[in-house]
Amino acid sequence: MENYSLWSLAKHALTRHRHWTPAWHSREPKSRYDVVIIGAGGQGLATAYYLARNHGITNVAVLEKGWLGGGNTGRNTTAIRSNYFYRESTNFFERSLQLYEGLSKELNYNIMLSQHGTLTLAHSPHQMDGLERWSNSIQLQGIDAEMFDLAQVREFMPLLDTSRSARFPILGGFVQRRGGVARHDAVAWGYARGADNLGVDIIQNCEVTGLRQSGNRIKGVETKTGFIEADKVVIAVAGHSSVMAKMAGISLPITSMPLQAMVSEPVKPALDGMVVSPMVHAYISQSDRGEILIGGRADSYPSYGQRGTLPALEETVSAALNLFPTFSRLKMMRQWAGIVDISPDTSPILGKTPVTALYISTGWGTGGFKAIPVGGETLAYTVANDRPHPLIEPFGMDRFVTGRFVNEAAAAGVEH
Amino acid sequence: MLRIPCPYCGSTRDEDEFTYGGPFDRIRPADPQQLDDDAWATYLFTRENPRGPSLERWRHTYGCRQWFGIERDTVTHALVRVFGLSEVVRTAKMATASSGDLHEAA
Repeated sequence: MENYSLWSLAKHALTRHRHWTPAWHSREPKSRYDVVIIGAGGQGLATAYYLARNHGITNVAVLEKGWLGGGNTGRNTTAIRSNYFYRESTNFFERSLQLYEGLSKELNYNIMLSQHGTLTLAHSPHQMDGLERWSNSIQLQGIDAEMFDLAQVREFMPLLDTSRSARFPILGGFVQRRGGVARHDAVAWGYARGADNLGVDIIQNCEVTGLRQSGNRIKGVETKTGFIEADKVVIAVAGHSSVMAKMAGISLPITSMPLQAMVSEPVKPALDGMVVSPMVHAYISQSDRGEILIGGRADSYPSYGQRGTLPALEETVSAALNLFPTFSRLKMMRQWAGIVDISPDTSPILGKTPVTALYISTGWGTGGFKAIPVGGETLAYTVANDRPHPLIEPFGMDRFVTGRFVNEAAAAGVEH
Repeated sequence: MLRIPCPYCGSTRDEDEFTYGGPFDRIRPADPQQLDDDAWATYLFTRENPRGPSLERWRHTYGCRQWFGIERDTVTHALVRVFGLSEVVRTAKMATASSGDLHEAA
């Protein structure tokens, strides 16, 4: 692997950047692997990377039906934060945030992490009480959170309409200063490059059409180009988890919902960090390219069509304008939707399945991007040792039978 | 945007007037006390989540407020058919669900 540095940039500048080597290779599938990972999104690629790096398992293939990072990894609003409520979640997402903080160096790939803070707004005294409780819980767990009064909100994000005449006047909020955004494509590409360098085969345009089992044990995967034998198989196909799990006879507690996002034309830097309003139902940030990035609620009925419907889009835009009336003259440039796996308690489902040697990473709901490093790290551990990593023990499938939920339905700050 | 012909009030209206009410074929077990934890969890949480034609319950919430059924393609969003609740027999896909007649929330 060619190391990226100021020196290599200067060296390639001399030859007009014509001789850069590919970041990863296109491989033909072998007939057998130790581990086959289905889905080359962030979660799948990170799992492959940590399998190779932490556990020395390099005979690994990542199969992708489309292109790398073309699903939810490339469709989310790139938010990274660890301000959850319950200990199970904060432990997990805080580990992810810490891994993100070192990721550019770890991967020698600039993921453009920008920690300018995540601000959650309150519009009523009751919501202020709610945020006090929420941020206290976070602080008690040793994670940064800070309550803001109106003046501090105004200072943090001057473009917000903080007047009393706003449709939903803002009273205050709380901020996690280490929260922020990163470039989502770069996260996928960085992990792909790192995994490829450690010997992992990344195979795009290779759709898995079936899972072969013998008794209750997984034997391999059927693909469009033939059968690939595997000792262990990982399903990391957010959006299509139910379809893939059904191939192994597993029914999941998952509903596939479209979640939309959109960007405006690029403008000069206007927003630092990211703002979420649970009440008017939008989250807004500005990308490094200057686009105002807006997300909101999930659509109101299940779908596998990656488009999204007009009513949800309309509500989200109107929510954004409630917060930022100055954006009313921005032209929207693109709108899209990803299909997210909503689980009953909106926490991920991660780890072993009822089928031996088959593992799953699903239920990421509306927030899988922030968990890419920790999801990969813990699932790699689980696959390598065939027992759940301590951080993901609370996120097993069995919690729906035992009733031990990790109910973070409110943690996104927005209704699901 | 779905345009849904309501089988009760007869008009074709935008999807905002309607509420998705969950899968059509989800039937509450007649005697939940008899179920073990696995079976009860399956009833409560497991979803068919089909890709393609899907039988669903909908309500014309901001219109005539009646419940009815839609068969909808979850990929193309095409409405295959719209029907009254009595027109299609509901089947319990789970072995543990008997033919109770209560419509449960999603």
